[in-house]
Amino acid sequence: MALAAQPQMPRVWRAETKPHKFCPGCGHGIILKALGEAIDALGIQERTIFGCDIGCSLLSWDFFNLDTIQTHHGRTTPVLVGIKRVRPELVVVSYMGDGGAYAIGAQHLVSSAVRNDLVTIIVVNNTQYGMTGGQMAPTTLPGQKTETTPYGRDVKLTGRPILGPELVAAVAPPGAYVARGSIANVVQLKNFIQKGLLNQIEGRGIAFIEALSACPTNWRTNAAETWRFIEKEMAAYFPTGELRTPGEAKNGQAGEGTPGAPEH
Amino acid sequence: MAAKPIEGEQRAFMTGNEVVAWAALAAGADIMYGYPITPQNEIMHYWTRMAPRYDRGFLQTEDEISAGFTTVGGVLAGKRAFTATAGPGNVLMQEAMSMAEMMRLPTVVVVTQRGGPSTATVIYSQQELNLTCFGGNGEGLRIVYSTSSHQDLFNYTIKAFNTAWKYRFPTFVLGDGYQSKMREPVTIYDPATRGIVMEECRPMVGLPGIAGIDREPAHLRNTYNLEDELYDRLTASIKDYQAMIPEVVEWEACAVDDDEILVIAHGVVSRAARAAVDSLREAGIKAGYFRPITLRPFPEEALQPLAARAQRILVVESAHGQLERQVRASLYGLETPVSGYLRPGMGITPEEIIGAVQQTLRS
Repeated sequence: MALAAQPQMPRVWRAETKPHKFCPGCGHGIILKALGEAIDALGIQERTIFGCDIGCSLLSWDFFNLDTIQTHHGRTTPVLVGIKRVRPELVVVSYMGDGGAYAIGAQHLVSSAVRNDLVTIIVVNNTQYGMTGGQMAPTTLPGQKTETTPYGRDVKLTGRPILGPELVAAVAPPGAYVARGSIANVVQLKNFIQKGLLNQIEGRGIAFIEALSACPTNWRTNAAETWRFIEKEMAAYFPTGELRTPGEAKNGQAGEGTPGAPEH
Repeated sequence: MAAKPIEGEQRAFMTGNEVVAWAALAAGADIMYGYPITPQNEIMHYWTRMAPRYDRGFLQTEDEISAGFTTVGGVLAGKRAFTATAGPGNVLMQEAMSMAEMMRLPTVVVVTQRGGPSTATVIYSQQELNLTCFGGNGEGLRIVYSTSSHQDLFNYTIKAFNTAWKYRFPTFVLGDGYQSKMREPVTIYDPATRGIVMEECRPMVGLPGIAGIDREPAHLRNTYNLEDELYDRLTASIKDYQAMIPEVVEWEACAVDDDEILVIAHGVVSRAARAAVDSLREAGIKAGYFRPITLRPFPEEALQPLAARAQRILVVESAHGQLERQVRASLYGLETPVSGYLRPGMGITPEEIIGAVQQTLRS
């Protein structure tokens, strides 16, 4: 007798490569499910290009029934921008971890945001470098223990965790979409990603979504501790919600007479 | 549709950087991605002025890392994309070109060599030979054309696109700051009038049909789990590269039937070497001339019999032995003595080479 319940996969998922390659308890699968559902909902499978970075995100190189390019550490956005500039009919998704986005690839993130590049960037924030064994990342919380901060992150020596969406929201022109979601709220996360894809499709500007994620392998946490870390500690430092939606004023920053205001 | 940038052929008097921009237009390049660095800047300046008239694109990136990776994106999308750089920019460019080497991406990069190492001078050198031929954490599976004149810059910029798209190895046009900035006469032409057919550009992503339903998805990666997977991938590429060598390797030689001393030079220095050999012949000194045009692959099969016949070899270059090392590696086992006239970052005149030949013959 066949099993009554089959896992519900988005149509754009590639069943042949499931179960996926991520560790048990990893957040990537949840985020990629949200992305898959958003692609299904918008009906854009035929014209979506998926790009993944170095680090755990590269394990998604054969995840979807999408043309996919796995690039170098931090370089996924430039590759997809290069594609988008010559094939504007395509929808390009740049998928990476916090190290790729905020450390080694930070100049590309800032520059793409300033240019309002038509690309949808999804950054997985799990507060450390997963693939290389759990070192401190730009997102590591104050006091958090990692392999390179074994006594806890000392913010006097290494700074405070970067607020990626806040950074993008501060520099991107009107038309940008910026949000932070979490695997603790999948419905909201899927909604953010879908809006982010739509922002690109409608040609309004860059879309940037950070997803708070889990790494129980390197956090060395059980299920309850993992969930507590995401919902309490991460959420306290990294508030979820939409930071920029197209059409709205830029939090008063770009008002009349202020630096950077458009001249009409 | 926009008119052809060049109808038929035209004589012109222009700088090398302008020549490169015209050649890329004539070759049907779709987009340039670039970042400012001297002495290549005017390639971008001319491109940005002319490209919009012919529906071509340009993106100024945040650095050469991005210029390299956006160029990678352009070719993945199936477009004739290129960039240009020099010196420290060429160093940063190597990361993307390493990916192009692994994934067989037909990128085209024009390098206008400047002094090195580090920031050095913005003017001239031949010190980017090693980097351009062998940069990156790999085996140097690239094609590198070393130009010596503006006509070369025009011809080989067009050829670079075709070589890249035909064989799918990253391809470089290696010029220098002197060629970039000086003006000289050149014939620019529509490639079609010379019977040159531009290779078709096929996209690697964004293919027609729904992936997983109408066709298999293109899942392109440069990372492998196991030694054997990587080894198989590289073995296939190396085999392709070796099969390609006889079809792409280029050189020129003269006065090599009875020469006592063979002068070897590449790029703009080869013009001084050629002039020096002509003068030496007039003075009754049996000098010969050899110029590798492809530095990678290196024309070692052509050079070996010439080197075996000569009694002495003199390598002349504006670097401290980067060409000489390639020459020595090609001639391993031969007993012909090799010496060098090595002037890193300095221009070299025919008179200097004549002096160096005379000194070599006396020693």
